[in-house]
Amino acid sequence: MIEATTRAELEQIAGRYPVARSGLLPMLHLLQSVQGHVSTEGIEACADILGLSTAEVTAVATFYTMYHDEPQGEHHIGVCINPGCAILGGDDVYAAVCSRLGIGHDQVTADGKFSLERIECQAACTHAPVMTVNWEFMDRVSPEAAVEVIDRLAAGEQVESTRGPKIGTWRDAERVLAGFDDGKSGDGPAADELMLAGLKRAKELGMKAPAVGTQKAGE
Amino acid sequence: MGITTGLTPVLSAHWDEPDSYTLAGYRRHGGYSAVAKAFAAGPDAVISTVKDSGLRGRGGAGFPTGLKWSFVPQNDGKPHYLVINADESEPGACKDIPLMMANPHSLVEGVIITAFAIRAKHAFIYIRGEVPHVVRRVNAAVREAYAAGLLGKDVSGSGFDLDLVVHAGAGAYICGEETALLDSLEGRRGQPRLKPPFPAVAGLYASPTVVNNVETIANIPAIVNGGADWFRQFGTEKSPGFKLFAVSGHVNRPGIYEAPLGITMRELLEHAGGVRDGHRVKFWLPGGSSVPMLIEEHLDLPLTYEDIAGAGSMLGTGTPMVFDETTSVVRAVTGWLRFYKHESCGKCTPCREGTYWMTHMLGKFEAGRGTASDLETIGSVCSQIAGRSFCALGDAAATPFPAAVKYFREEFEQGMTTPANVAFAPAAATMLPVVTR
Ligand SMILES: Cc1cc2nc3c(=O)[nH]c(=O)nc-3n(C[C@H](O)[C@H](O)[C@H](O)COP(=O)(O)O)c2cc1C
Ligand code: SF4
Ligand code: FES
Repeated sequence: MIEATTRAELEQIAGRYPVARSGLLPMLHLLQSVQGHVSTEGIEACADILGLSTAEVTAVATFYTMYHDEPQGEHHIGVCINPGCAILGGDDVYAAVCSRLGIGHDQVTADGKFSLERIECQAACTHAPVMTVNWEFMDRVSPEAAVEVIDRLAAGEQVESTRGPKIGTWRDAERVLAGFDDGKSGDGPAADELMLAGLKRAKELGMKAPAVGTQKAGE
Repeated sequence: MGITTGLTPVLSAHWDEPDSYTLAGYRRHGGYSAVAKAFAAGPDAVISTVKDSGLRGRGGAGFPTGLKWSFVPQNDGKPHYLVINADESEPGACKDIPLMMANPHSLVEGVIITAFAIRAKHAFIYIRGEVPHVVRRVNAAVREAYAAGLLGKDVSGSGFDLDLVVHAGAGAYICGEETALLDSLEGRRGQPRLKPPFPAVAGLYASPTVVNNVETIANIPAIVNGGADWFRQFGTEKSPGFKLFAVSGHVNRPGIYEAPLGITMRELLEHAGGVRDGHRVKFWLPGGSSVPMLIEEHLDLPLTYEDIAGAGSMLGTGTPMVFDETTSVVRAVTGWLRFYKHESCGKCTPCREGTYWMTHMLGKFEAGRGTASDLETIGSVCSQIAGRSFCALGDAAATPFPAAVKYFREEFEQGMTTPANVAFAPAAATMLPVVTR
């Protein structure tokens, strides 16, 4: 059942765009945040709002890897196995996480607490090996640190992303992707040590960009 | 050898301030002053300045930005759109996500100026889905900009209206390809479109659309403020400006280093602390897994579009990944091919089937079971994909293997008898982290 409040939010998303259909991806994210997956009723609601057939909506929902037709875990764990991470230790992290959770790629633990995914490059190769929890960065993670994060989440402890907020649930993150504010944009650092490596080095060496107003000699 | 090319933080100059991502933090250093300058100069003058600056797109292809803007037909009566490509998913690329985390307002200011120049009243920032924290930061910046009258009706009293929507994708590398991105933004499966027509003529909703990369557009305020001559003091004639080089892999100080184009890889590597102690560079990729690998003898090449192309590779996203001698080339290439196979959208046969077969055969080498005829077959599959695929993802998939076999054929021969993880103990290649923050 799609509640009236959800239906209203789905319509609100469609209303952000000059052409309503553009809202479909964020609408599917919203469904996942509400239901834990993309359900048949959810697909029907999107189709109805956008004037599409359910087949058209299903075709979209099945194309993208972030949408799931089965309920996902409370926490969605990703481990980057693209070579930039895999070689630097990501394969070991993935193996450790699999054995800690007792599941493999695209599976959910029996208690519904965790789902696991082998993910591709997360645009954080400078921070390899990279793990994500509900898509928040857990940068430069060792197999031991990865298992510790999972132990703490399993125990209900508060875990903090290395470059992001305190970890909520996967459904909370899906709501952010649907475009709804959760008040956490100011959490975590502006930039971490690795993002600042060049700036720090430039300052140490007294290097700067030429100021605006300076020109090439002779011009 | 000493460093001759310095670092020049412009885009990243204030990322070390704790509020660098806020409007107040951005304004403290002159943020949004370029908007007023652009409005005073007028759209055509902005396009000319960007043309004169020689700025080239930072999304990978290096297409001249001002030229792209000038392809948008004027007075055609159709709405125009600006779409920012923030899909950053190319293996090795990790500069747009940090930029949006640390200073989303530099992107928003660039969007305002660009939309004004191409006469767009609607702009979109398409961010890959797997980065909610970046979506938060960009959304917060957009909200602040609306509240400050920098977006919405009558921006800063100029009479110019602009709406900016932040849009999250849902996991698909192919949506970084600009036409697939447009289909995705229209609420469809992200599959590439036939070109021509190019987006500048028929893009989003079949209307004239400019698609630009995040870093490209974040350069615009600096160019408008500094002027084309100021911008051209950085870099070379054909590759002007500065670049966020994200250096990753087996280096002592991985991270973001902003420097002029034309800095050599050796210099950049020295800034990044060099390769791990006691090791040496085996191969490196100038900008993503879609560009051919280079080796140690290429370290003195200036990182420009033209010099890297001259050596048979491409600057791509300008995010060098460096691997030392503990790395199995076979393992790395197989991993990248698995990625392309996973990401192939399936629309055309050469890419869909070719990535499948290449991954299958490379897997045999990784397992120490390759054969001489497999080696030949992989090469011929590559040549059948390259130039024959519907979009550039197919070409990219055909890229890692030929360069790898050119420089490291003996490792593929070894892969006929010895598994990669025996020839190269994986443990030797890991860089297990010191501490997590
Ligand atoms: C498979 C594929 C993925 C791409 N991914 C991205 C991306 O994530 N970000 C990006 O800016 N450009 C990406 N591009 C390049 C875009 O198609 C396009 O050239 C670029 O966004 C234009 O912006 P620019 O001129 O500012 O570089 C990709 C291209 C291909 C073929
Ligand atoms: S080359 Fe690959 S990604 Fe591109 S259209 Fe063909 S199948 Fe799709
Ligand atoms: S390879 Fe893992 S984040 Fe890029």
